[in-house]
Amino acid sequence: MRVMAQMAMVMNLDKCIGCHTCTVTCKQVWTNRVGTEYVYFNNVETKPGIGYPKRYEDQEQWRGGWTLDRKGRLQLKSGSRLRRLLSIFYNPDLPSIDDYGEPWTYNYQHVIEAPLGTPNPSAHSISALTGKDVTVGWGSNWEDDLAGAPERAHLDPNLRDLQERVRMEFEQVFMFYLPRICEHCLNPSCVASCPSGAMYKRAEDGIVLVDQDKCRGWRFCVSGCPYKKVYFNHRTGKAEKCTLCFPRIEAGQPTICAETCVGRLRYLGLILYDADRVLAAAATRDVKDLYEAQLSVFLDPEDPEVQAEAARQGIPADWIEGARRSPTYALAVKHRVALPLHPEYRTLPMVWYIPPLSPVADVVHAAGYDPADPDAVFAAIDAMRIPMEYLANLFTAGDTGVIRRVLRTLAVMRALMRADQLGLPFDDGVISELGTSRTDLMDLYRLLAIAKYDERYVIPAAHAEDAGRLASQHEQLFCSLDGEGGPGMGGLGPHGIRAFRPARRPDEVAESETFRDTDGRLRVNLLAWKGNRDVPLFPSPSNEE
Amino acid sequence: MSNATSSQILLWVGLPYLALGIFVVGHIWRWRYDQFGWTSRSTQLQERRLLKWGSPIFHYGTFAAIMGHVIGILIPERWTAAIGIPEHVYRWFSATAGTVAAVLILAGVVVLAGRRLFIARVRSTTDAVDYFALVLLLLIILTGIIPTVFVNLLGGGYDYRLTVAPWFRGLFSGNPDVTTIASAPIVYQVHAAASWVIWAVWPFTRLVHAWSYPLWYLWRPYIVYRSRKTAPPIEPGTAGRRWRRIGAGY
Repeated sequence: MRVMAQMAMVMNLDKCIGCHTCTVTCKQVWTNRVGTEYVYFNNVETKPGIGYPKRYEDQEQWRGGWTLDRKGRLQLKSGSRLRRLLSIFYNPDLPSIDDYGEPWTYNYQHVIEAPLGTPNPSAHSISALTGKDVTVGWGSNWEDDLAGAPERAHLDPNLRDLQERVRMEFEQVFMFYLPRICEHCLNPSCVASCPSGAMYKRAEDGIVLVDQDKCRGWRFCVSGCPYKKVYFNHRTGKAEKCTLCFPRIEAGQPTICAETCVGRLRYLGLILYDADRVLAAAATRDVKDLYEAQLSVFLDPEDPEVQAEAARQGIPADWIEGARRSPTYALAVKHRVALPLHPEYRTLPMVWYIPPLSPVADVVHAAGYDPADPDAVFAAIDAMRIPMEYLANLFTAGDTGVIRRVLRTLAVMRALMRADQLGLPFDDGVISELGTSRTDLMDLYRLLAIAKYDERYVIPAAHAEDAGRLASQHEQLFCSLDGEGGPGMGGLGPHGIRAFRPARRPDEVAESETFRDTDGRLRVNLLAWKGNRDVPLFPSPSNEE
Repeated sequence: MSNATSSQILLWVGLPYLALGIFVVGHIWRWRYDQFGWTSRSTQLQERRLLKWGSPIFHYGTFAAIMGHVIGILIPERWTAAIGIPEHVYRWFSATAGTVAAVLILAGVVVLAGRRLFIARVRSTTDAVDYFALVLLLLIILTGIIPTVFVNLLGGGYDYRLTVAPWFRGLFSGNPDVTTIASAPIVYQVHAAASWVIWAVWPFTRLVHAWSYPLWYLWRPYIVYRSRKTAPPIEPGTAGRRWRRIGAGY
């Protein structure tokens, strides 16, 4: 057993109002640079819709993620390593900028400088790539609130098995929002696709990052990621991706998207898992078993054996404690209401989603029933084949049974709380049918409805055993050039910290350990005083002239 | 050597050694100070239809040309003669294989240079140094193709292995024979001189990506884990190539 910790996120889709605040704040923090205009580490999609980039979920087209070869061994969907090396001069699976949408800005100057009398001067849209006028035709949120859905939504890969029925029952149209960030997978296909070895998974918290100095711009991570959450910076020629705001996570703070989420729908917390079992789980033969297989990789942080093993393998005590309090573990494993996005890609993603009950509840409400009545909701869940199958294609590789269980749990929780607060009678039979208990449902309610900041984000800060090294690094900034052996002194400037430390001999006298005050008295310069006995901190009167 | 003029020595001894020196020192400098800029800066994102054909054809054609140069320049004629390959057989082989490579490279570079010059999205990513390297490359390709096709394939032939090759090998054994290269036809001289210039500018262009062909990818484990660590100290001279100011021009 190799215990590793993973910072995981859960999003409660029922609460997402599609306001794009996460997208905007993420953009402001990470990708408001030239070269990354089209890059959204976080974006919010309206589902059904083809997504961003176009139809990214169709792996028969883009060939991202993993698949099994004939012998049942795990293999990248894009083929062998040799195939990638041979196609390095042209990556056949790479989306073009038109699939993302050509980035544009507006010629605002034209509005300002328009001569008097010009009727309604307008700002032209100009391409951020070429500076020429451009007709905008696609972008990251082009499909907001089902915009253009009649023409395009039927191309959504998640509708592939139910296309006919969607068209027929279009009056029952449903929609919900899907905020997406990098999944920070346990079995990241982008890392496996990178020929340079520049991408890596951090051993401490599982965050997947790109080493900007090692990246050579071969672009296979972009096509290798089935979620298309690695982007190519067209200015620097390097790959960039969601960092899970690691500088904030290291400091114990939630990511920017979570921090600024208006609906407070995001949860962050550690999940302990057994790294030795990842490969076997990812190679599970039936895609519908991948959800359970991934759950089996997770370790129970309450298990004393797991705790002991984690401690033995160097996971700090406060991190184990954090894993015990983790809201993501509770939602994914304990209550089993959070589900992975597209487990069939076999990457074992670690940003999970609580599927939305709202499409179902809306229909119940529209039909004149009480959306809190579990009987009506259950009937609707069973009757509403389209959203059920659609959600199953998103979260369980097509297994509607899991979706039904999760939605029933959410419906029963709502009904129970309503009965509780209004003093209505409640039949506990539906609870036991779901294999849960009143206590668990109350617990889930608390977590979903009233959990405060420090319950939604349980993020143990990174361990600063490196603090000493950080300090010495700061020191070297004082004179990186003319340290002994440094480049400024004609040396090669080895990378060691010591080489950059300012030279100071032990016998060297600081410029002024003492100084004359305005009244003529000898004072000690506290900033420079080194405890030198010849210059006492409190000069005796005899020292004064 | 005694017959060589000083300008000949400057061109055929000075230039090569200067270029080699800049090549070595420049690469050490670039590797140490500009890892962040070390990339092919692919434009596949902006344009893919032309790149699909131009890039593989050009690159694989280049590999063929490199192999041809290894055989033709590095291997002395007496070695091939010793294993029983007469000059006319060698010339027939080199002219044929060389023409195939020449056609590939020419087709590839026409597509690639065309898209770089005429596709606005690609042109806007092009620096001055890219144009410089491109012009040099075109010069080298043309002066390489002309003798291959028009002299050795269609014409009477010219045994560069007795003139150009000994001079080139002599540069590395410390005894370059300037008179031989100086007596070669002008097209070979331009080809050789331009090639040395491109070695000299190589470390300062995107051509450095050639040294990063990731062969070891075939053997390394799929998933890479790394421990969190403090960033290495920023070295002097690297600051300018970090993230550029927002809105800064190319």
